[in-house]
Amino acid sequence: MSETNGPAEPERQRGDDLMADLAASGSEADEGQARHRVIGTPAPAQARTLLADQSDEPVAVRELPADPEDLPGAKRAERAVAASFTIAMLAGLGFIACYVIFRVHTVNNVLHSNLALGLTMAVAFLALGTGAVIWVRRLMPNVELTEQRHELRSTPENKAAFAKTFEEGAEASQFVKRPILRRTLIAATVPVAIAPVVLLRDLGPLPEKSLDHTVWKRGTRLVVYGTNRPLTPAEFNTPGSSLSIIPEGYADNDDALAKAATTLIKFGPDEIKAPTVMNWTVDNIVAYSKICPHLGCPAALYEQTTHHILCPCHQSTFDAARGAQVIFGPASRPLPQLPLMLNAQGFLVAQSDYHEPVGPSFWERS
Amino acid sequence: MSWITSRRRHPAAGYAILFLGLLLVGALYASITGGGAGAAAAPPATVDSAQISQGHTIFLQDCATCHGTGAQGQPGVAPGLIGVGAAAVDFQVSTGRMPAAELGSENPRKPPVLNTAETHAVAAYIASLGGGPSIPGAAQVSESGANVGLGQQLFVADCAQCHNFVGAGGALTYGKFAPALTQATPTQIYEAMLTGPEAMPVFNDATLTPDQKRDVVAYVTGVRSEANPGGFSLGRIGPTTEGLVAFLGLLLFMVLVAIWITAKHGKTKTHE
Repeated sequence: MSETNGPAEPERQRGDDLMADLAASGSEADEGQARHRVIGTPAPAQARTLLADQSDEPVAVRELPADPEDLPGAKRAERAVAASFTIAMLAGLGFIACYVIFRVHTVNNVLHSNLALGLTMAVAFLALGTGAVIWVRRLMPNVELTEQRHELRSTPENKAAFAKTFEEGAEASQFVKRPILRRTLIAATVPVAIAPVVLLRDLGPLPEKSLDHTVWKRGTRLVVYGTNRPLTPAEFNTPGSSLSIIPEGYADNDDALAKAATTLIKFGPDEIKAPTVMNWTVDNIVAYSKICPHLGCPAALYEQTTHHILCPCHQSTFDAARGAQVIFGPASRPLPQLPLMLNAQGFLVAQSDYHEPVGPSFWERS
Repeated sequence: MSWITSRRRHPAAGYAILFLGLLLVGALYASITGGGAGAAAAPPATVDSAQISQGHTIFLQDCATCHGTGAQGQPGVAPGLIGVGAAAVDFQVSTGRMPAAELGSENPRKPPVLNTAETHAVAAYIASLGGGPSIPGAAQVSESGANVGLGQQLFVADCAQCHNFVGAGGALTYGKFAPALTQATPTQIYEAMLTGPEAMPVFNDATLTPDQKRDVVAYVTGVRSEANPGGFSLGRIGPTTEGLVAFLGLLLFMVLVAIWITAKHGKTKTHE
């Protein structure tokens, strides 16, 4: 104990001297300011404490009236409050009863159920609130009470006791006596504290141009995901069809597929509307990126009746018949359309890569 | 009884009761939501004129109100049925979706109204109006010899986005939903792929060959009997329930550990 405390003693003395110097210079500055006080500003406070000194006078005894002044009026108010609370209770029971009574297996029944549940709940809350307001305004006393705050600062005795306990604890825990324990503990915690900072490295490196393009290029055949078979428009000819397709030769390249996955949809005649790019369709067959432009989930829940493409993660909904425009949800732009054409053998192939980056926004997206 | 009487005031009794209660609720839930076994569909009856006329009679009784006396449909009410084929009729009627109870966003599966012979008669009548896919035979939907691995690949690529990776179903837009496939028979699964009922896309025989459809059917029916590695299926909807259960389970575990740590009185000595 004495060994470790020894060198610290002169330090503390030096610190005390420094504080004394600062205090002296501070008081000089105060006097200077007081002399050059700007007219119209308040004078510096005389007292140095934030709170008034705690007076020794006993705090006035809290006295609340035992009864309201207008006793007959209070009786009426009491009845009104009790009536309100009774109504609230009945409405609450009615809510439960309505929930049990109304079956909700058809649209009409749901409407009736909602009306009954809403009405009973509204009446219950309204009556409860009305009763509470009448109670407060008519029955509770209207008296202002003042409660003095106690001083926030601890007493010198408490401070000294705390310091003593702290020092005793430090000594009893052997933390001070055994430097090897102390130093290895610090050595053990420092790497754990630094680890989260090291993880910040994952914020980089920036993707730069790597997300701008997919592996689709002019002449890449569209193949069925799972069987890797190329497609002709004659095979994919039933309106309402939808298939997951990938670029030929990349079936086992997950990095490539993560960007190049595409949904192929066959429409009936005249079902495709602007702003779908008609030059990029073949025989009413349209291809859209499968990667949601919101956060990159596979948006492939295609409904052939409504032509909606739904993303299951955040319910972004795209109208496949109208250029995959966003009609609901957080996505900020349509699914990119893949330009299609036929090759010499009559298979569906890409005209080019997607004309804009697929998937969610990123730092350097142009 | 005396065994219970002597232990019911034990400090651990409350936890034991809570644990047993949770176990009971979980077991009840599992037994209620457990998948039903799929029954094999009867082979389609041979088409003859008597069957078609019987089908026409049933159609006029049960279907014509919405679909029209000539199966031409009514705009905004029901689609025309000329050319949809026997497979579409068999799917809709054998799953109980038709005749529909009311006009909703989607017709749910319910017990079928017509028996198999009546269903096939209506299917034969609709097929006689103009082509369309026919009802698959027993050999076309047989699981024996099917490539379940390829079936899984195809299911994950083109079906799982709506029907969930083990066919537990899921929500679509504006009240529509992809139904769970736990009760569908092999024939019904095959017919659904072939005809694309309601919002479901069509997978014709050129894009998904009959053999590949059989593989998908084998995967959907086979995955029902797959063991659940954790012991409970938890609805088989993936990481959401599993994460929730893990979170609550670990929370309970940590609370119990905290109780155990603070409950160790033996070694502590009081200093005055």
